[in-house]
Amino acid sequence: MATMLQFPSSVSTLNDYNALYPDWTQREVSTGTTIMAVEFDGGVVMGADSRTTTGAYIANRVTDKLTPIHERIFCCRSGSAADTQAIADAVTYQLGFHSIELDEAPLVQTAASLFRDMCYRYREELMAGIIVAGWDRRRGGQVYTVPVGGMMTRQPVSVGGSGSSYIYGFVDSNYKPAMSKEECLKFTAEALTLAMERDGSSGGVVRLAVISEQGVERQVILGNQLPKFSTV
Amino acid sequence: MSEELFPEPEWLSEEVKTGTTIIAVTFDGGVVLGSDSRVSAGEAVVNRVMNKLSPLHDKIYCALSGSAADAQTIAEIVNYQLDVHSIEVEDDPLVCSAATLVKNISYKYKEELSAHLIVAGWDKKKGGQVYATLSGLLTSQPFAIGGSGSFYINGFVDAEYRKNMTKRECQEFVVNALTLAMGRDGSSGGVAYVVTIDKDGAEEKCVLGNELPKFFDQ
Repeated sequence: MATMLQFPSSVSTLNDYNALYPDWTQREVSTGTTIMAVEFDGGVVMGADSRTTTGAYIANRVTDKLTPIHERIFCCRSGSAADTQAIADAVTYQLGFHSIELDEAPLVQTAASLFRDMCYRYREELMAGIIVAGWDRRRGGQVYTVPVGGMMTRQPVSVGGSGSSYIYGFVDSNYKPAMSKEECLKFTAEALTLAMERDGSSGGVVRLAVISEQGVERQVILGNQLPKFSTV
Repeated sequence: MSEELFPEPEWLSEEVKTGTTIIAVTFDGGVVLGSDSRVSAGEAVVNRVMNKLSPLHDKIYCALSGSAADAQTIAEIVNYQLDVHSIEVEDDPLVCSAATLVKNISYKYKEELSAHLIVAGWDKKKGGQVYATLSGLLTSQPFAIGGSGSFYINGFVDAEYRKNMTKRECQEFVVNALTLAMGRDGSSGGVAYVVTIDKDGAEEKCVLGNELPKFFDQ
């Protein structure tokens, strides 16, 4: 079948155990997810769904996967919830320290490099796909993707998580360079909605964040306010 | 010693699969079917120009995906059964009949087979119809996508499909969807084959690689 990001159970089980207890009691908590970030002139728009699953059980249906790393740098997390939280905490600490030493706001590329160093060094133990995005004075809005395995690359638009497979076609066809902030917000919300409709591990609400020179604006789009695509 | 120096490539022993992208869409008065043309055995492409749109009858086609051998065999068997059926009823067969024959084989042998066929065509009773027969189910839909490449265009087709498109718009929709899927799926590629079926018959077209639409590529 197609390339699906399946996160294997980290605990081996006996057959009898499965008959007595539901599957999700032995499954690792994963943010099987859809995350996305888009650059525009003057900043970035980041978006994520809000579902965290342990197997078939939704452990948290209002998760916030957009995590602040610094004042104008955020990251979107996908993969194992524990791994990504731990990495994000470590990078937040390192970046804070670095910014005090420098006595100015850190670069988005620096944050992305710190994520990449950790994700690559511990690649055998970790299961984390992260998109780092933000605004800095030197290069404006930037999006860097650090997928599973620990590579890092800058892209104008990046999608990640298990739900991202379903929207590659939509993103490829609808992305245009030099979109405005409002167009980027609409594009991100539509793409996330389409992925959430098709991916069982993504769902809930759409969380959006816009990062620019002025700061960070956060929005939530609730289930009934999502754009409608049904053809029935 | 020689086996270590020149190990046999994996693809010699891999099953031949049409890891693929197939799509079928109805419009008022007919259907449009589309497919890519890549047949792979592991990492090797064994046929880069295979037409996966197979005729079951004059105005009924099916799109093949999954194991190449299984899909071709099902199509040939159903082609034969439909011919017999249409002689017995002394009329053109219904698309629903063709789809049911495919479903019967897919369901009965579902453990042994791994092929998914989309059946689409035109008949005078219900006009253009598309049937999906994945793993032995049978469902009529306004449009259907299948194959490994179809995962990447789920979002695209959900967003872009509208009811009551014209024939021209349907053809563009199919070519766009195939191009996007071929751009992302390693098992789909080559050229795009498009078949348009309406009351006047079936029209086959091949869109070459350099004629495919271009999307933003960073």
